[in-house]
Amino acid sequence: MIPALGALAFLVTPVVAVLIRSPWGSLPDLLSSSEAVGALRLSVLTTTASTLLCIVFGVPLAWVLARTQFRGHRIVRALVTLPLVLPPVVGGVALLLALGRNGLVGRPLDDLFGITIPFTTAAVVLAQSFVALPFLVISVEGAFRASDVRYDDAAATLGATRWLTFRRVTLPIALPGIVAGAVLCWARALGEFGATVTFAGSFPGVTRTMPAQVYVDLQSNPDAAIALSLVMIVFSVAVLALLRDRWVSGVSA
Amino acid sequence: MSLQASFAVRRKDHTTDVSFDGHPGEVLGLIGPNGAGKTTTLAALAGLVRISSGEIRLAERLLASPKVHVPAHARSVGYVFQQHLLFPHLSVLENVAFGLRARGTRRRTARERAFHWLDRLSVDHLAHRRPAHLSGGQAQRVAIARALACEPDLLLLDEPTAALDVSGAMTLRTQLREHLSGFAGVSILVTHTALDAMVIADRLVVLDEGRIVQTGSPADVAAHPRTHHVAALVGLNLIRGHATRGEIALPDGQSIVSAQPLSGPAFATFSPSTVSLFNERPAGSPRNVWRGRVISLAPHGDAVRVQLDAVVPLLADVTPAALVSLNLRSGAAVWASVKATEVTVYPA
Repeated sequence: MIPALGALAFLVTPVVAVLIRSPWGSLPDLLSSSEAVGALRLSVLTTTASTLLCIVFGVPLAWVLARTQFRGHRIVRALVTLPLVLPPVVGGVALLLALGRNGLVGRPLDDLFGITIPFTTAAVVLAQSFVALPFLVISVEGAFRASDVRYDDAAATLGATRWLTFRRVTLPIALPGIVAGAVLCWARALGEFGATVTFAGSFPGVTRTMPAQVYVDLQSNPDAAIALSLVMIVFSVAVLALLRDRWVSGVSA
Repeated sequence: MSLQASFAVRRKDHTTDVSFDGHPGEVLGLIGPNGAGKTTTLAALAGLVRISSGEIRLAERLLASPKVHVPAHARSVGYVFQQHLLFPHLSVLENVAFGLRARGTRRRTARERAFHWLDRLSVDHLAHRRPAHLSGGQAQRVAIARALACEPDLLLLDEPTAALDVSGAMTLRTQLREHLSGFAGVSILVTHTALDAMVIADRLVVLDEGRIVQTGSPADVAAHPRTHHVAALVGLNLIRGHATRGEIALPDGQSIVSAQPLSGPAFATFSPSTVSLFNERPAGSPRNVWRGRVISLAPHGDAVRVQLDAVVPLLADVTPAALVSLNLRSGAAVWASVKATEVTVYPA
């Protein structure tokens, strides 16, 4: 009993500390400063973009993992989960090596099209997508697996092609799971720090997202850092509320 | 719009190898125990599984052979699944219109025709409900309307009454017979219940271990079952063996005698109601007398059906009064007898 209470206290106390130490009176001023507004704007923009990117590429990948059988299925699944266990900083380094100016893909991209990704807003989106994509794929795969494959059979006997079946049957039935996966993915992208600062840096207005702003402020302007932390706590609680049935009651994939 | 099916589906652990025809307007009843290959047969006809050999032709068109596989969506085959499988996110009307929309019918026309089919199956008042708010019987009727709305050349029904209660099943059975008799294509009904087979089907195809063991009219199959499954389905005792002038030898030097002088491999059947039970070995005329033990007792109409472990497994129907006077209990030892004239024998 005592270790259990200890664990609970350990998880709750830091959040309570933020709430207690929050500069409630000066909160409006702190949050309307140009740095805070810039970081907020950038974070909302990039997390939305990376969530959309994850949906566009992740949902088809989840469908393939849930509905098809092929050689190396397990390997693909393991590769998908890799960024989940990889330290985000290492993810950032890996992205630099792949997409940096001298990177595997980055160099031809630069040579042929003059496109450079690192230390741009696009790099923030890619870093966030890299760490958040597994969350989406795994939870959407669970949703596809949970929706009875025989609905697909029924649709086929009614004359629906595979694509129509996917759009009109499989996707809508799995929609609650996809929404949950997207919310989870968005939350992970919002908190992304390690891969982002490594791959995109921390330039105000361009790549300095909320977590990066908190880190910078903590040294010069602790109250501003606490205020932004508070905002992110509110976002997290909102995510918990949105996912209360799927997440709080245990992940069932 | 006739059906010629002669194909095999080979899997790791079982093979289904069947050959049968269906004529326009005919209702074929597919019966057999679990694992006999009924659902595999339907899945192959629908295009949900590939066949390993043979071919399937519907309305002169080659649907499947080892080289050809017309995908399910390009076949004109309707499928009513055991658990209706109505799309949970669509209304009843949208479910029924789905097939028409998938085949390119305009939305308005599709909805009008869907409504027409709901009306024909008397579930039009449910048009705007979600499947979750339907009873089992209603959902199954909507599923039938959904399959029929596409006007398929072949309609497959996988135990449509299985998930329903007794009265729901009876209502659906009556409606099905009505609709299938008006259906121009071939219908194939998989069923586990004798009533479905007798009431709805024109012809029965009996499957066992992936093969067809018997085809014939329901009356003929019921009177001369060739598998224990069908015998149990129609409530008959069935014994298979070698007959010598109407007498089939059983284990332990025992035998069953009929009044028909048939010789060769044979089946013998007799109704449970013709089996009499005694506490002592009966004296007198019956020539078929076996010693047995009661396994179970269950009400069966006005009678009590007694399951016996004798030289062969037997079913006997006795009156409740006889049950009391014989003091029958599970495990009790009894003598069973059947008159030779009650035993029907026919070649195996």
